[in-house]
Amino acid sequence: MFHEPAAPSQKDPAGPYKMRLGIWMFVFYSLFYASFVFINLLSPLSMAKIVFAGLNLATVYGFGLIVVALAEALVYDWLCRQKEAHFARMEESEDIQ
Amino acid sequence: MAIVVFLIFVVFVVGLSLYLGNKTKTASGYYAAGGQIHWGVNGIAFAGDYLSAASFLGICGLIATVGYDGFLYSIGYLAGWIVALFVVAEPLKRMGKYTFTDAIDANYNSNGIKLMAAISTLVVSVCYLIPQMVGAGTLVEPLLGIPHAWGVVMVGAIVITIVATAGMASTTYVQFMKGGLLVIFSTVLVGAVVIRGLSTQPDQDGQVPFYEYTQLTATQAGAEITVDEAGWAVLEQQEVNGGLRFVKLSRDGTESWWSVAEDAGILTLHETQSVVDKADGAWINGALASATNQLRQVGNLEKIRGESDVETGSLSLFEFLATLTDKDTVVQSWKTANFVNGDGEKVTVYYAKRVTGDKLMRPGLKFKVEGTWLERLDFLSLMLALFLGTAALPHILIRYYTVPNPASARKSTIVAIAAIGFFYVLTLFMGLGAMVNGVLNPADSNMAAPLLARSFGELLFAIISAIAFATILGTVSGLIVAASGAIAHDLFDRYLKIEMDDKQKVRAGKVSAFVIGGIAILLGILFKGVNVTFLVGLAFAVAASANLPAITMLLFWKKTTAKGIAASITVGIVASLGLIAFSPELYAIYGLNPLHAPVPLSNPGIISIPLSFITLVVVSLLTPKAEEVAVLA
Repeated sequence: MFHEPAAPSQKDPAGPYKMRLGIWMFVFYSLFYASFVFINLLSPLSMAKIVFAGLNLATVYGFGLIVVALAEALVYDWLCRQKEAHFARMEESEDIQ
Repeated sequence: MAIVVFLIFVVFVVGLSLYLGNKTKTASGYYAAGGQIHWGVNGIAFAGDYLSAASFLGICGLIATVGYDGFLYSIGYLAGWIVALFVVAEPLKRMGKYTFTDAIDANYNSNGIKLMAAISTLVVSVCYLIPQMVGAGTLVEPLLGIPHAWGVVMVGAIVITIVATAGMASTTYVQFMKGGLLVIFSTVLVGAVVIRGLSTQPDQDGQVPFYEYTQLTATQAGAEITVDEAGWAVLEQQEVNGGLRFVKLSRDGTESWWSVAEDAGILTLHETQSVVDKADGAWINGALASATNQLRQVGNLEKIRGESDVETGSLSLFEFLATLTDKDTVVQSWKTANFVNGDGEKVTVYYAKRVTGDKLMRPGLKFKVEGTWLERLDFLSLMLALFLGTAALPHILIRYYTVPNPASARKSTIVAIAAIGFFYVLTLFMGLGAMVNGVLNPADSNMAAPLLARSFGELLFAIISAIAFATILGTVSGLIVAASGAIAHDLFDRYLKIEMDDKQKVRAGKVSAFVIGGIAILLGILFKGVNVTFLVGLAFAVAASANLPAITMLLFWKKTTAKGIAASITVGIVASLGLIAFSPELYAIYGLNPLHAPVPLSNPGIISIPLSFITLVVVSLLTPKAEEVAVLA
């Protein structure tokens, strides 16, 4: 029994869609993150510029990276659930026929 | 009271483990909590696992000493979850059974992968265990008044009991409880910080009188320095790395060390704190160390928006940060210098450095983003390792096997991102709060958050310390489960194919947990005093180098072969550990001159991660799959 999955997983027809979506969202976030790193490296003083409510670019961008991560995660989950529900409905209608 | 609250919490955690332990009889229960944990619970438990000593103690401590640069760890650690969510979560859940090795070996059944993945899990877990144990010793020292080493032994013993009794189920529920409490009470602490506001003379709400450090003017004639005020005698001068100058002064028979600053030909001497190792023990600030003579707590604002002697009263969250960001706000940030004095005694001097708000609140105090190309490369290397390390940490990956299906894996990751992201925003307020409220222990930045809590009363200190301790217990438990799984499941059962029934397998896991716990205790004692977040950053680099290329290429490149994966893991481990071992930071820990380190980078990721990827691609192309099948046949 030691090589059995801890919990058996079923076939997932939405899998390829979720994988493609995940990669695109990963690429988007990676670019956002890379921009932050490269601004620090190439133009570090611009991070000290005050941009919002007395806060500088470093603070606002830093918080932005955290907030955008959560926003992307929620959008990803919503889209995945839509697709999973779509396939579930299709499966149900096939069963009825 | 602090001790009572602390002990109640610890007894509750251990009791919960023993209770759940009675329910764990199978290998599936021990390593993966039967795969039946709810995604919401698992998500908070993820946060519990992830918000380790490094996050709570280390990041707050780093922010308290180097400002925004410490917050970069928060940003990088959180960004890493994006890789986990979008690239790893669901596919890994589909492929895996109990351990990281199971997942990457699922399509190959290769002995090379089993061996190397198990070794990788062990290495990364031990690298991650060291800072947790260091944090444990640091925390217990002031709370229970016992030496650092005994604190480490205590944590080790409790964790071994927890893991050896119940495995993943108890670890999950302990992490769930602790993750939730950590976020709630950190929010309370941040609320208290902004309600108190900022002051140039913080006195911890009247508990600890503000100490005003003295300044003296002096005159230099040739090499000789004379203090202008009568009664002071200059006994000795020292110059250390980077041109820092210190003088030893004597007055009324008391000796003290002062930092020397020169501005427009005028010499100013600033009072410091010092520890001198003499034959009869440590001398602190000119007198033998005792219960009443300890290092003073430090950290305050010298000016708030250009004005001295100011108290702001309550501030909003934005006002708090904006005030500290102001270019006319000046913070006293405390640094350390070590040297040997004229009598051959080791001297540690803690001195204040004045930093303006605009420099404090952007990268640059620790990571020299305006420095040489090598210093910039080091920063890039760190940010790369933090981003890619999360999705390659074995104790995080095994949590995907505790939920019933891939959708639950995804949802629990999202809950984790929400909880962890919120907590990381709080770290900036807690770290800065500790920096300016006169609560820091200049000798150990790791205690910043608990000491900040103590400035608001013993109850909050007790609760925060108990949660921090549980943080360490939980994370260490998770790491030991992952490492014991690597030994008992991956090495004994799968690689060496030792015949064991289900009970024997669980027993093998528990014995492994005991051995790894012992190793962790030893390393925790050896690495005393090193910032725990720095150490975790290194664990991330090892994980990202050893495991991430294997995970991602396996999922997205069809030509990946078993030999390619095994070679990539080997190169990733050897390269990252080798680069760390010969880095400037480790040279400093060995007691050698960091400038003599053969590797100029402190963070190895920028070299070791691409090297591991390249190895996987080259070896896979040289050993095509058809050939492997033929060999297996």
